[in-house]
Amino acid sequence: MTNHRRVDVLVVGAGPAGLAAAARLAAAGAGHVEVLERETEAGGVPRHCAHGGFGTWTHPLTGPAHARLLTQAAVRAGAVIRTGVTVLDWAAAELPASGDAPAPGPDTVLTAVGPGGPEIIEARAVVLATGARERPRTARLVPGTRPAGVYTTGELQQAVHLFGQHIGTRAIVVGAEDVSYAAAATVRAAGAEVVALVTEHPRAQTGRARAQSARLRDRIPLLTHTTVAELLGHGRLSGVRVRRRDGRTADLACDTVVFTGDFVPDHELARRGALALDPGTRGPAVDGGLHTSRPGVFAAGNVLHAVERAGTAAAEGARVAGAVLDFLAGAPWPDPGVPLVVGAPLRWIAPNRVNPADPPARYVLRTDAPLTRPALRVHQDGRLLHRARPGLGTALPNRTLTLTARWTDQVDPKGGEVRVSVG
Amino acid sequence: MTVTAEGPLPTTSYDVAIVGAGVVGCAIARELARHPRLRVALVEAQDDVGQGTSKANTAILHTGFDAAPGTLEARLVREGYDRLGAYAADCGIPVERVGALLVAWDEEQLAALPRLAGKAGRNGCHETSLLGPDELYAREPHLGPGALGALHVPGESIICPWTTTLAYATQAVRAGVDLHLNTKVEQTGRQDGHRLLTSRGTLHARHLVNAAGLHADTVDRLFGHEDFTVTPRRGQLLVYDKFARPLLRHILLPVPTALGKGVLVAPTVHGNVLLGPTAEDLDDKRATGSTTDGLAGLRSKGRRILPALLDEEVTAVYAGLRAATGQEDYRIAAHPEQAYVTVGGIRSTGLTASLAIAAHVVGLLAGTGLDLGPVREPEPVTVPNLGEAFPRPYQRPELIAADPEYGTLVCHCERVSRGEIRDALAGTIPPRTLEGLRRRTRARAGRCQGFYCGAAVRELFERGRAEREGATRKPTGEEAVRREVSAGERERERGQEPGGEGAVRREPSAGEPVRRRERFGRGRS
Repeated sequence: MTNHRRVDVLVVGAGPAGLAAAARLAAAGAGHVEVLERETEAGGVPRHCAHGGFGTWTHPLTGPAHARLLTQAAVRAGAVIRTGVTVLDWAAAELPASGDAPAPGPDTVLTAVGPGGPEIIEARAVVLATGARERPRTARLVPGTRPAGVYTTGELQQAVHLFGQHIGTRAIVVGAEDVSYAAAATVRAAGAEVVALVTEHPRAQTGRARAQSARLRDRIPLLTHTTVAELLGHGRLSGVRVRRRDGRTADLACDTVVFTGDFVPDHELARRGALALDPGTRGPAVDGGLHTSRPGVFAAGNVLHAVERAGTAAAEGARVAGAVLDFLAGAPWPDPGVPLVVGAPLRWIAPNRVNPADPPARYVLRTDAPLTRPALRVHQDGRLLHRARPGLGTALPNRTLTLTARWTDQVDPKGGEVRVSVG
Repeated sequence: MTVTAEGPLPTTSYDVAIVGAGVVGCAIARELARHPRLRVALVEAQDDVGQGTSKANTAILHTGFDAAPGTLEARLVREGYDRLGAYAADCGIPVERVGALLVAWDEEQLAALPRLAGKAGRNGCHETSLLGPDELYAREPHLGPGALGALHVPGESIICPWTTTLAYATQAVRAGVDLHLNTKVEQTGRQDGHRLLTSRGTLHARHLVNAAGLHADTVDRLFGHEDFTVTPRRGQLLVYDKFARPLLRHILLPVPTALGKGVLVAPTVHGNVLLGPTAEDLDDKRATGSTTDGLAGLRSKGRRILPALLDEEVTAVYAGLRAATGQEDYRIAAHPEQAYVTVGGIRSTGLTASLAIAAHVVGLLAGTGLDLGPVREPEPVTVPNLGEAFPRPYQRPELIAADPEYGTLVCHCERVSRGEIRDALAGTIPPRTLEGLRRRTRARAGRCQGFYCGAAVRELFERGRAEREGATRKPTGEEAVRREVSAGERERERGQEPGGEGAVRREPSAGEPVRRRERFGRGRS
């Protein structure tokens, strides 16, 4: 009863990266390009980001509008988007080669299930665009009871914007980064009050205007140097115990708490496929061409860096299409590349393998601590390859920090790991 | 079939009322349901079956190898092990016979192993064997360094605690037992039998079984007995991500010493790994919260036992309260003069022993003057398979071909289909909360804890509840308790359309309805 099929390119995930990759590939004549999406609708996370900040400066969009546009572009280019179909795992190739098309390698066969039953899909190339999610309260090991009223931003936005559900009356938002402010806006859109934003950091990790507006116009207090120590209440949340840096605690009454940010890549398929993961990002390790360690398998979007903006993910999707086309045209799978690592307080960098001949458009990084006008140094085996100040302002945790890729030609492909540090 | 959660209780007298619908109370109800002449009420203070200790334990089917030999507990665990093993196979309750290793980390523990093997033998568990470090590490290559040896107990198994309780209760209700939820017993009196004053009014019964778990001592005192006091012993547990499951093959048990029992690391039938429990004696019978110290302590112990476990994410944290009485045995006692049986002090072995306890208690009830009447075996039940070692609906092509709803996954982490959620909502004992739905399907129980599916599952839940309420016209008085909640009936009402429109969520176009326009400038993606 299992349906065996063969496609040219299989894209897993119809978010910005997957849709952009599919659109570009289909337009470039890559053959049968199929996108599998387990949700009932294509578009990914922007579907429920009912706020601005998407699209371009000249053509700003809301999240849902952005999702629609990307979906339409992929369909118009000729890609097949199948929603409600879940990719389950990797499988062995079973179909013999047919006609001129070479048989797909054993590394690019996936199993899936949908209302039509199980499928085995053999592809010549696979693009993993499985995105990222927020770590929930449990993974953050926040103690206390297990009451109702505990959300992540993803669940909150879907509850409010997709289903119009009632969420409670008084909410604490854990986090003070962009997504936290989006969560606060969603709480208010649902008619509830935001009791406070709570962050362990010394300041909000968002633009000053946005932080000021929330504090002054919307009168949402920001509690810095503060962590959530315990959830209170039986049945429904009755409050949150917060702890200040000096150890003092206070109980804040609320019936809803939203755990925001703390993104992790959705790397289930990558791990099931034994792809090499980067210890920093915890997503698949990739080089500038977004090749993973598994031949024929590429990755793009926030599964590589949890998380960057939708526009970044889409640009990366378009970029991976080029590498996929080269591969389909016969380009050999590159060697793994030299590992690219970061030193504290930097948290991660992506891409995180260096092939001198195949640089990315740029590197994205994260820091664990605020850095004022940081200078980034790139070393290999004690040799300084590059030194730069990426910006004039302060680099904040949970915000994008970028590094140019202009130094990759100096990397010795036979040498040791390349290290990026602050100094 | 009667399940009530609100409105007045029936005024007629029951032959037997069981207080407490945990795994033990439900098992007793099921056992009594084998006697169709009896009118039986199962009375539960909370809004679902298995809401107390039965839902938050280590989910192990024990051989009873380390029980105190000669005790009632030892006998009932041994007997219950066989009974539940067979019952689980009949009902589709997942059981994995993984075996346990009692790992010795120091000389004292190593020296205790032969003694434990002897004790196991006295408990009728003869298949144990001592393993040296080489064989131990061959069996468990991810075990932390420093283990000196182990006792292998092959029979120790893992089981699904949620569907066990649900199977008992479903079978009992289908065979005619009345389940009254949200019914807290507050006072008792005697007048032509028992008069239970509850939060939902008075309930009459000729015989009474106290299976109130943590509150068994409180109920016992209403009858003037001071035989035992339940001290809640909190056990906090961490449930690790499914990626941790390949790290171990057996249940890794600590060697009990004078210093306490230590923590275990065990696989679950749901495909995760458990680390715990703590053992904290408390006063508060509602203290089911986890604590910073508790979790830190577990993690440090877990790091020694299975270091790689700590690299994986925690999927869930919970705390259960065990009904400790300070005694080395169950506190099961019949009081014939009061037509009353106490089933107290059922500790962590209660899940394993449940069916044997039930048979024992029904025997005691007969001794209190209850005429059981003829036996008719109740109709077998099949519970949804929540276990990873057996095919889940999404893995069954024939099921999906017959009903595509089983191929439409809603909860992606746990791979729960819309068909399973629909079935649970239409079950004999439908869930009244999302937590209840989780215990019946695993929906929202995975690593994302609802990031992806939480809102969609809630939508299906609310819709199912609205349908259920719409399907039954506003009942009045006596009718309220005779409300039918039959899956089959409703399926027929829907006109042979299993998984039809009713179960399908509204498909909004992207982002609609957007209630609020861009308030903030640049948002994250």
